[in-house]
Amino acid sequence: MTNITRESSYKAQDLIAEDIDAYLEQHQHKSLLRFITCGSVDDGKSTLIGRLLYDSKMIFEDQLAALEADSKRVGTQGQDIDFALLVDGLAAEREQGITIDVAYRFFATDKRKFIVADTPGHEQYTRNMVTGASTADLAVILIDARKGVLTQTRRHSYLAKLIGIRSVVLAVNKMDLVEYSQARFDEIVADYRAFAKSIGIDEFLAIPLSGFKGDNVTTRSHHTPWYHGPVLLEHLESVELDLTAAQAAPFRLPVQWVNRPNLDFRGFAGLIATGRVRPGDAVRVLPSGKTSVVQRIVSFDGDLPEAVAGQSVTLTLADEVDCSRGDVLAVADNPPQVADQFEATLVWMADEAMLPGRSYWLKLATQQVSVQIQAPKYQINVNTLEHLAAKRLELNAIGVTTLSTDKPIVFEPYSANRDLGGFILIDKFTNATVAAGMLHFALRRSQNVHWQAVDITREAHAAQKQQQPRVLWFTGLSGAGKSTIANLVEKKLHALGKHTFLLDGDNVRHGLNKDLGFTEADRIENIRRVGEVAKLMTDAGLIVLTAFISPFRAERDMVRAMLPAGEFVEIFVDTALAEAERRDVKGLYKKARAGQLKNFTGIDSPYEPPPSPELRIDTASTTPEDAAEAIVATLLAS
Amino acid sequence: MTALTHLQRLEAESIHILREVVSEAERPVMLYSIGKDSAVMLHLARKAFYPAPPPFPLLHIDTTWKFRAMYDMRARMAQESGMELLVYQNPEAKARGINPFDHGPLHTDMWKTEGLKQALDLYGFDAAFGGARRDEEKSRAKERIFSFRSANHRWDPKNQRPELWRLYNARKAKGESIRVFPISNWTELDIWQYIHLEDIPIVPLYFAAKRPTVARDGLLLMVDDERFPLREGEVPVERSVRFRTLGCYPLSGAVESHATTLPEVIQEMLLTTTSERQGRAIDHDQAASMEKKKQEGYF
Repeated sequence: MTNITRESSYKAQDLIAEDIDAYLEQHQHKSLLRFITCGSVDDGKSTLIGRLLYDSKMIFEDQLAALEADSKRVGTQGQDIDFALLVDGLAAEREQGITIDVAYRFFATDKRKFIVADTPGHEQYTRNMVTGASTADLAVILIDARKGVLTQTRRHSYLAKLIGIRSVVLAVNKMDLVEYSQARFDEIVADYRAFAKSIGIDEFLAIPLSGFKGDNVTTRSHHTPWYHGPVLLEHLESVELDLTAAQAAPFRLPVQWVNRPNLDFRGFAGLIATGRVRPGDAVRVLPSGKTSVVQRIVSFDGDLPEAVAGQSVTLTLADEVDCSRGDVLAVADNPPQVADQFEATLVWMADEAMLPGRSYWLKLATQQVSVQIQAPKYQINVNTLEHLAAKRLELNAIGVTTLSTDKPIVFEPYSANRDLGGFILIDKFTNATVAAGMLHFALRRSQNVHWQAVDITREAHAAQKQQQPRVLWFTGLSGAGKSTIANLVEKKLHALGKHTFLLDGDNVRHGLNKDLGFTEADRIENIRRVGEVAKLMTDAGLIVLTAFISPFRAERDMVRAMLPAGEFVEIFVDTALAEAERRDVKGLYKKARAGQLKNFTGIDSPYEPPPSPELRIDTASTTPEDAAEAIVATLLAS
Repeated sequence: MTALTHLQRLEAESIHILREVVSEAERPVMLYSIGKDSAVMLHLARKAFYPAPPPFPLLHIDTTWKFRAMYDMRARMAQESGMELLVYQNPEAKARGINPFDHGPLHTDMWKTEGLKQALDLYGFDAAFGGARRDEEKSRAKERIFSFRSANHRWDPKNQRPELWRLYNARKAKGESIRVFPISNWTELDIWQYIHLEDIPIVPLYFAAKRPTVARDGLLLMVDDERFPLREGEVPVERSVRFRTLGCYPLSGAVESHATTLPEVIQEMLLTTTSERQGRAIDHDQAASMEKKKQEGYF
């Protein structure tokens, strides 16, 4: 076994043995610190965490026995204990010797409980580090003393700064391998300081240590008499918590759930993001702006005189104001802002790239809205911190962009409030969390452009034409017969005295959309514009027919979501690719096959068929004339 | 500044998680296993929704082989909480008489893993709270708080959603479900301290008392009822024992102890040198066994 000092735990052990009640009393008053460790595979990160767990006696004998056996079998430290094996979790990873995800570890001292997010250092795992850092008060950035400041050190520091971590520890590890040289340590610290300043990290604590030997981790090392700062554990036990700053900020409570056990009780439940609240405080409900006064802070153990940031509470108000999940309760005279267009930084976390114009779900605190993202203003190279031009964001890319929500949300800049400024984006089809984002500020135009109320409503327009407005959305492969059938349908409706208009894909691309090409991003914008035009026409009371390939489900559903329920009629003109290619009316398939036409649907760009269209036309068994009859009949019946 | 203690912060986090699920899931349920972790989880739920009772039922996946004292506690807590209690026993396991003495790992697989899947499908629950903690076992350290299961209940450790800040993405397709672990960040010591501080009722088996036991295969097993098949030469001996974890009585190893109060139990726990799961027969099957079980649908 390696030589380990376990003095601090022996002290606690004595108290446990002699006076358990005193021990319990002492340990009820511990605070909680969450931190992350960042380093690459060889920086000794897992070893350092293993050391902290071991020295704070979070390792039991049976685990130690397993550890000793494992160390001999797969360890990388010869006959010594390989602490890294304590924390490398999943079977597959253990065999590769790499940590590949975020893992959470726990240990405690007499003063604090610690939750450690163990995050990997490979470039492709930016998303894991951002995830681990999002809940951390402090970051420990590991450097191998032999190697000094590397590209990945810069990357980790930049990400820590981006996610708003205020306390940074530079752990210069493996000091035993550089003979505990003060000169080497000073050199690394000077290097790092220059870089840190450039990204806005003004303060950090540098500690010379060895996770493997135990120097300056939990106990002061006699190998570094020249170092006078705190050892790692001491610093972790005394650094200021984020919660302290949060409690000093103005009161904000995102409402999670409205508690209505009976008609006489209406409680607003949530976790206080910032500030404090007492009965009698004047509060404002956002976004409505209505004000009231806090009546009670209700809890299972009786009413509370005060509650603070970090606590989950249930409040009652003196007035019957409208307030539900997604609203924010805030101090009345200093409320957060409400807006629907923002500048934000996005960290893309999905294999499928971010597409400008596509709509996603945005979840911020307890609010969930539909959001559209513009093309990135720029992407940030996390290694060089250069700004690069980008049309989209791929997995692990970080970019700055503008986004607009379909209704106003309550927010604060991320730098002021993590809870009201941090958000996730959710794919509407796979339901995957595809990005994390941080709001910077609201765009001015969103505050200055208002809806103008009109006197002649869409209902009035429709009533005058004696018809129900509809969008008949024909979708299908090129050459499927969309335009042919749409033309026949329009003729029939026209003959019946209906007011119609046909928007055809090719025609629109000669005018409104002549600036757009056929990349995924341009195709999305093409459909968005057509959707907006179709919507204006239904506002005018028309029955609109559109004939566009519209290959992506997400965009068809985006248009569906723009319109009142029931007005969007999706008609899938279903023709097999082989048949469409055989017809090849416009000769486009031939060109695509010859490589002269890029991004052609069905050839080198996907077509996503509608899972449940209002109508499906099988062109193999139905003539265009019969199809048109069927569509008109369905329309008139509805 | 009001310094919140670590237990207050853990409590606030768990309550926040419980409320998120109730707000976003259609049909949540709490898996109640009667042990100390379940006791804490249930207590947190009662706090989260007070003065209303928690707006979901309790579900016990029963194996018919729990300690009798556990069944007593189950009845008591259902009554005190005012929640509906659902008990599910896999009919096939029942018909085939699956038991821990004769069937080894099949016992856990049929009664618990299969039983849980059947019950979730039967009632159409789309979110199930479980009392697992990240400190219990290495593969759990990496599991999310909201853990997605495919329509056939499988867990894919390589395809989990990132969890940032306090933002949980509870969206899912029809047929998919989530397992939610509100006490993920609690350690065994946190659990005991909280039980102590909040005076939460727990099964008396956690405290030392004279109980009839036999020593078998390195475990001290309690002869809790007449179904316990004694081997030749085995005679139950009254020993002062308690349990650190509770499950099916033939699979739960006791430890010899004289700790009859909660502080004494905590004292023993802190001075002990073996981990909590060592008393569970289920984990010793093979390396990374828990990870494998989880992928198959075990909680």
